[in-house]
Order: sequence, then structure tokens, then C-alpha cells
Amino acid sequence: MSTAPPSLLVEDLAFAYPDGHQALFGVDLRVGRGERVALLGPNGAGKTTLVLHLNGILSGGRGRVSVAGLPVERRNLPEVRRRVGIVFQDPDDQLFMPTVGEDVAFGPRNLGLPEPEVAARVAAALDQVGMAGAADRPPHHLSFGQRRRVAVATVLSMHPEVLVLDEPSSNLDPAGRRELAEVLEALPVTVLMVTHDLPYALQLCPRSVVLDGGVVVADGPTRELLADADLLARHRLELPYGFDPTRV
Amino acid sequence: MGAGHGGPLGAAYVAGTSAVHRLEPHTKLVAVLAFALVVVATPVHAPWAPAAYAGYAVLVLAAAAVARVPAGRLARGLLVEVPFVVFALLLPLVARGPRVEVLGLSLSESGLTAAGGLLAKATLSVLAATVLAATTEPRELVRGLQRLRLPAVLVQILAFMVRYADVVTGELRRMRVARESRGFRGRGPGALRVVATSAGALFVRSYERGERVHLAMLSRGSTGRLVTGPAAAVPLQAWLTALALPLGAGAVLAAGMLLG
Repeated sequence: MSTAPPSLLVEDLAFAYPDGHQALFGVDLRVGRGERVALLGPNGAGKTTLVLHLNGILSGGRGRVSVAGLPVERRNLPEVRRRVGIVFQDPDDQLFMPTVGEDVAFGPRNLGLPEPEVAARVAAALDQVGMAGAADRPPHHLSFGQRRRVAVATVLSMHPEVLVLDEPSSNLDPAGRRELAEVLEALPVTVLMVTHDLPYALQLCPRSVVLDGGVVVADGPTRELLADADLLARHRLELPYGFDPTRV
Repeated sequence: MGAGHGGPLGAAYVAGTSAVHRLEPHTKLVAVLAFALVVVATPVHAPWAPAAYAGYAVLVLAAAAVARVPAGRLARGLLVEVPFVVFALLLPLVARGPRVEVLGLSLSESGLTAAGGLLAKATLSVLAATVLAATTEPRELVRGLQRLRLPAVLVQILAFMVRYADVVTGELRRMRVARESRGFRGRGPGALRVVATSAGALFVRSYERGERVHLAMLSRGSTGRLVTGPAAAVPLQAWLTALALPLGAGAVLAAGMLLG
């Protein structure tokens, strides 16, 4: 464990968009293998900008990012994108192929895997998210919660080192939220979860990182961070009414 | 959210498990195209042309019967033909040559034949296309076109259209509900401005969605080429079943040319 490189290593990452808006001002983050970490922060904190650096969609600023020891740079992009599986917020953006099965196969086929291997991975990934047997269905026939879980399968089929989820609980009904949590808890991968849903962070992630103003302002056990009312107030984070993180 | 099964593009499809439904989409596409070519190749002015049209009609209606496509569905399919009908009705009035008296109107003989031929050919081709649309889901049609080596860019555009037609019409519907919930009624010239704004907003939203989809594709290692799985080989038997329609039509045409 100690010899394995961290799943994610972000060092002094700064980035400004071409229009001059600076989103990140020197972010440091280390996520160990198998950890589940929540990335918290108000809107505009730079969370999405950070996520898009993890697989090299955005780059060109200061600092370094590496995934399981592999630096994120142009010549490594195919392997980096295999290692970092991003599940975007709107499953309709992620699921663009005519059927669920073809969508889950999209990543493995881009990796150039042979067809029998692709088929095996599609079956395994759908099984992992509790959607076995849905391969032939068109995505628009699925419920929102099912589409969200299929979106997770579309990156699981690439056997990622780290799963990055953007607001995984948004728009889910309570049952869909619980089903997704069960799926995520059972996955043997590193997870970085971007969310405003603090109870969900507490349920799934032992550790949380708070990003605000383009820097990491807090990093520690989720329960302790959520119990720090001053910290939450300073960074526009709020617990749902009546929720007490020390009593869960 | 609550998108009905089928959606705006799926409305043409009549679910079923008939022999026609089960055929591979590209064999059906080839069959319909070949049938239309035979129909169009029939000489309009030949004395045996009406008999040939009747033969084709029997064939295409038999295909519809095997596929269990309801008559109402066929009739609705014919609606796309309306502009041609208008044109065809004008032909006997404007064409030159020997004329005949019909109900007090002086009509051109060759115009009548041309109009009749035009109507018959359009109707037969549209019927065949309707049977195709009623027995093949839109995404299967795209797959068929892909197998027929339609350029990849066109295949991708069609595939994305099929995938996102529901999503975009869903957004359009929600925008309309939101407008009307605030008392908007689509009447008068003032309404046009509001509807135009909605259309613009929908365009921007769809454009942004396109960007997000592209991002999601890149994140899964896309290189811009859409790799798809292997296609199952089609047995000769299935090809023969699919091509029964154009082959039958070809036989009718050949018989007309030889005997007529």
C-alpha cells in the first residue's frame, strides 16, 4: 500500500480560462488508492475546473497532476482517460449511443480492446451497477436513477483507477439515491465525489476536501468538517435542516 | 422525465414481431430502394402500365399485411405525398397535346397519363417506405445505413439526432409549459417574439449540450471515430425474404415489357 503511488496527485495547480478568469490558485491534493473523498465547495469554487484537469481536458496552467504515478500530459492522454473515469452530472450528456450496451462499450472500444473482451466488460460493468440485462434498451426508456447508474457503468467498463463523480445525487429520488450509494460503496475503486449534498458525502466518504476561491481550504475527516459550523458558514456550505453530523 | 416510449421519431414505428420486423434493417433499406427504382422505371405511357401498378400495389400491400401494419398507419404515411398530389392535379390542366372532355373540363390526354403515373409511382414508393418505417425502429434504420456504408459523419449526425430528439423535444415541452403557466397565450404578432426567443434559447441549450456530450466522449478516450461492434452476418434466406418485394416487382415489370 505504501509503495503504490497515490491514485491522484495534484501539486500547486493553477489555471486561468482564456477570458482571463482565474479559477484555480495553487491546489494541492493527494488521494490514496482505494480512498473515497468528497470534494465540497460553493458554486464557482473551481470544483469543475479541477475535475477537468484530472483527465487532461483542461491543461496549460501552472502545476502538475498525476494519476497513479502517470503524469497528465498530452502523450499520456489515452491512458490517463482510461484511468480517470468521469461521470458527468447529466446522464443524458454521458449516454449518447442508441443503446445502453453500446454506450458502455464506447470506452472499451476506444481502447481498442477485442470484441469478446468488450462484451465481457459491458456485462460486468452493468452487473456492478445493478443494470444487468439492460444492454439492449435505449437510454431514454430508463428512469433517471437508472440512467445515472448506467452512466457510472460507462466508465467502470474502462477499469478506471479513480472514479470521479460530478453531483452524483442530484435529481435523484430517495430510492435512487440509496441505490446509487449501495453501488458506489461496493466498488473497489478510488472515488472522488464532487457534491453539495453533505449528508451524502458523510454517508459515502470518510474524508472530505473543501475547495473555495480556487484553493483547498480544509481537508480532513468528513464528520469533523461537517461539525465545524464556522468552517461551513465561511464557505457557503449548509447542512439540511435538522441534520446533525455528529449523531449519524 | 416522463418521455413516452418511442418519442417524436418513434411515432412511425408499429411494434411487432412479424417476419418483416425481424429482418436486418439494411436488407429492408435495399429492398425498399430497389422496389422504388423498379416502380420509377416503369414507362408511364405503356398500355400495360396500369396493370403493372396494380401488380406492384398487390406486392407492397402483401408486405404490409405480413408486417401487420394497420391500414390507418399506411394512410397516415401517405400524407407526405400531398404536395405531389397537388402538382399531379395541375398537370392535366396545363399539359399540351390532344385533349379530352371530362365533366365539362378540357383536359390534356398526355397530362392525365403523366398525372396518373406520377400519383401511382409516388403512392407505391411511399407505401413501401411506410412499411419500412413501421417495422424498423429509427436507431435500427441508422444502423442499417451504417452497414450500407453511408459516410460515418452522416451516420453519426443521424444517430445523435435519433438519440437526442426526445431530450430536445422534452426541453421544448417544458419551456412551453413554463411559458403557459405564466399566462402566455400564443396569439398575435407579439407572441412571435416570445416564441422566437424560446427557439433561440433552445438552440443555445442544445449547442451547450453538444459541447457537454463532446466532453463526455473525450473523457472516455474518443478520437472522433465512432467504433461500433461487429455486425452479424445475414443468411441468404433473410436476403431473399427481404428482396422478395423488389424481385416480385421486377418480375411484373419484365412481364409487362415482354408481353405488353
